[in-house]
Amino acid sequence: MSILGTRVVRTEDPRLLTKGGTYVDDMRLPGMARVTFVRSPVAHAMITGIDTSAALAAPGVVAALTAADLTDLGPPPPDDGSGPNEAAPLPLGGPWSEPLLAVDRVRYVGEPVAMVITDERYQGEDAAELVSVDYEALPAVVGYDAALSGSTLLFPAAETNVAISGGAPADDSAFEGCEVVVEQTIENQRLAPVPMEGRAAAAIWEDGKLTAWVSTQNAQITRFILSGVLGLDPGAIRVVAPDVGGGFGAKVGLDRDAILVVWAAKHIGHALSWTETRSENLLGMTHGRAQRQTIKIGGTRDGRIQAYRLDIVQDTGAYPRMGGFLPFLTRLMAAGPYDIPNASAASTTVVTNATPIAAYRGAGRPEATAAIERAVDLFAAEIGKDPADVRRMNLVPDGKFPYQSPCGPVYDSGAYTGALDQVLAGAGYRELRAEQARRRERGDVLQLGLGVSSYVEITAADAEGGETAQLIVHDNGTATVYTGSSAHGQGHHTAWAMLVEAELGIEMAKVTVIHGDTDLIPLGTGTYGSRSLQLGGVAVHKAAVEVKEQARLLAADLLEASESDLELDTGSGTWQVRGDPASSKTWAEVASHAGDGGLTASVHHTAQPTFPFGSHVAVVEVDTETGKARLIRHVTVDDAGTVLNPILFEGQRHGGIAQGVAQALYEEVAYDADGNPLTSTLVDYAAITAAELPSFELLTSETPAANPLGAKGIGEAGTIGSTPATQNAVIDAVSHLGVRHIDMPATPERVWAAINAARGTL
Amino acid sequence: MKVTVTVNGSQVEAEVPDRTLLVHFLREQASLTATNVGCDTSSCGACTVLLDGQSVKSCTLLAAQADGRAVQTVEGLASGDDPDAMHPVQRAFRAEHGLQCGFCTPGMVMAAVSLLAENSSPTEEEVRSALEGNLCRCTGYHNIVRAVLAAASENQATAASERQA
Repeated sequence: MSILGTRVVRTEDPRLLTKGGTYVDDMRLPGMARVTFVRSPVAHAMITGIDTSAALAAPGVVAALTAADLTDLGPPPPDDGSGPNEAAPLPLGGPWSEPLLAVDRVRYVGEPVAMVITDERYQGEDAAELVSVDYEALPAVVGYDAALSGSTLLFPAAETNVAISGGAPADDSAFEGCEVVVEQTIENQRLAPVPMEGRAAAAIWEDGKLTAWVSTQNAQITRFILSGVLGLDPGAIRVVAPDVGGGFGAKVGLDRDAILVVWAAKHIGHALSWTETRSENLLGMTHGRAQRQTIKIGGTRDGRIQAYRLDIVQDTGAYPRMGGFLPFLTRLMAAGPYDIPNASAASTTVVTNATPIAAYRGAGRPEATAAIERAVDLFAAEIGKDPADVRRMNLVPDGKFPYQSPCGPVYDSGAYTGALDQVLAGAGYRELRAEQARRRERGDVLQLGLGVSSYVEITAADAEGGETAQLIVHDNGTATVYTGSSAHGQGHHTAWAMLVEAELGIEMAKVTVIHGDTDLIPLGTGTYGSRSLQLGGVAVHKAAVEVKEQARLLAADLLEASESDLELDTGSGTWQVRGDPASSKTWAEVASHAGDGGLTASVHHTAQPTFPFGSHVAVVEVDTETGKARLIRHVTVDDAGTVLNPILFEGQRHGGIAQGVAQALYEEVAYDADGNPLTSTLVDYAAITAAELPSFELLTSETPAANPLGAKGIGEAGTIGSTPATQNAVIDAVSHLGVRHIDMPATPERVWAAINAARGTL
Repeated sequence: MKVTVTVNGSQVEAEVPDRTLLVHFLREQASLTATNVGCDTSSCGACTVLLDGQSVKSCTLLAAQADGRAVQTVEGLASGDDPDAMHPVQRAFRAEHGLQCGFCTPGMVMAAVSLLAENSSPTEEEVRSALEGNLCRCTGYHNIVRAVLAAASENQATAASERQA
């Protein structure tokens, strides 16, 4: 029986549990000094002077660097004059260019202005305080309306705060025949990713080669960025991604802070290390989401949705990095899992005096799902039908796959109605509705809310770029996998070893998996967008198949038999002549026969995106006196094709669900009217805890995808499904009081205010 | 100032600035880097260790406050990284997939060890409440809670069989 599909505990764990991982801050380089950043304390200002002399005189200070020291960089890429282009979205150049250190203007609190380098960690904080920066304050652009008004510009040369826009123009005729039309403005709030390890980098310049250890989701992209900015040949740079303490999209490549650390190591010829504090992390690491959405949904009174429109304003923060691209993904997935004859979306991306926006678990797709799942509930409430019934009536039917969405993509495969019915049955939906009715009848203080969401998402959206794998079976019978994917908690090392064992019969204990070192793996793309298994995993699988075919020839030669008579017994990992078990050759024998130390296959696997789907039911209790909402059950069907290792699959769902619930109920990055962050510590930013969550109830559904492993991505599905399910549940709990919408996070204050506004007692 | 701390049974003595935090003493002077720093407000628990058997957040104590006392970190729990040599809580975290990126794990494991020393058979609610000060961003806590409950029942079973023997 194949090891694939079985519950295999992780090979990564004994080390992480007993010695701890080796994260960047655990690196000890010879003579290593520490980097501390001086960051802007104001949201928007001109810099009129920087004086580092007091800092330079402080104990332990090796250097104090400002933009004036950035004299040895490569030339910036030429502006091709084509203007903003969603196909090449990050970062925007020309008038929107983002400096490494602020030159004459700061645009968000936390923007790097200077860096001090000290022998010891604590000396850095002291010295950074001594760098004197003169700021001449400018009005801060906070929020969507201030940005759109354009009364203050972040980039005067651009003559607008709108960085990029796109999508289909609104066509109101689509709604003309609809019996019911509902409109709502929704805010999908700004979130902080909060990986437990913040951003970190260490670097050393030795003998003409720069080695950088970066907490990143992709060493190869990191090297590409460094090569461009520093003007160094890629061969002169080695990037290593050591253990990485979570990323969630915010560690794709590397930020300007980490680029500066690597640059400074070369500039001053000193081994350097930087690990940000949590306060720096909450200000400096990119945030996610931050869309204001206007939805319009129309259909028949009996529940058929006929038209849907989504208009997005994306706040991309102070610089248009990946945030400019996120609405593209939102628009792409706007129609959700529904068969809507007329659906369209458009977006406008604005800059504001806030931390730049980039990917955060789901990256544009949770925003799409949140919008349409709210719309469907609003539509169901308007026509007085159960939201589950309205969903069932409108989901893309099984017979329509592959399904062409009116918003662009072709959904590959699915069983959307089955997933909905399965989750409703698993949750005991009908009985829960009966319990809700009893509580409403009694007028209980604790009301029950049921939230349903159905979703389809896109994973490996950039599948055409593919992923690499190299597999070597050594002459001692062990194997090494070099993968372009990049683990930061997902369990790649376990999964890739399972793939080798399944195909070749080389037991997992004999398989070493290596990732994240550009000297060993120059070509690779890394891990984001739920792409790893379907691209990197398939690449490993294909490499194993290729090695097997090479081995077949060698084994045939060794056993003096015809290739067609040879078979590999994957149970024992030996080659045999069919029907003659006595004639057996081990992998060590076969690989030795190859010479050159063993057998090697290199694969660059490219593919098409896949479309996982599912349905979630959230059950909440809302205290109608205080407004406090509590998630008491969460039941999900998440179908991401064939499952390689249920343990890893479930772990991805658990983490995803929790982050979605966190957005629905607790987490929000907030600024005051002057652009001062109000959530710059974990005391203020309400990162979700164990005490706020129940155990999750996961149901199984596997609809194979069209790739050799049958796999779609699972890293983000939990978040995409759980966010609207939980939000819908809170609103459902108080819908009998007349509440139709509550923005996220559904804090006690907001829920209380919604109840009292509906009752007319506010 | 000179600080002497018994860390995982070995005496570590070092001259450090007065303001040195215990977590940095462990990471720099004792060269034990499993204990991580995840925040600067005592909110996340990544730095949890045992001080004279009690769980503490080592970012919130000065090294000087641990002078003459005994600290246990996750490196001191197992007799090696062989799965069989691991502490029951470590084994349970692995069996139940209670860790992903591993960054919160040393602190989470020490918080769990401390919980089970105080309450050998906690309910799920008690586990969730006890771990409220330890953040994890990867697991949604689901499997961490299961791991702690599994370790508790393993301890119960071991204790029962020892009583019978």
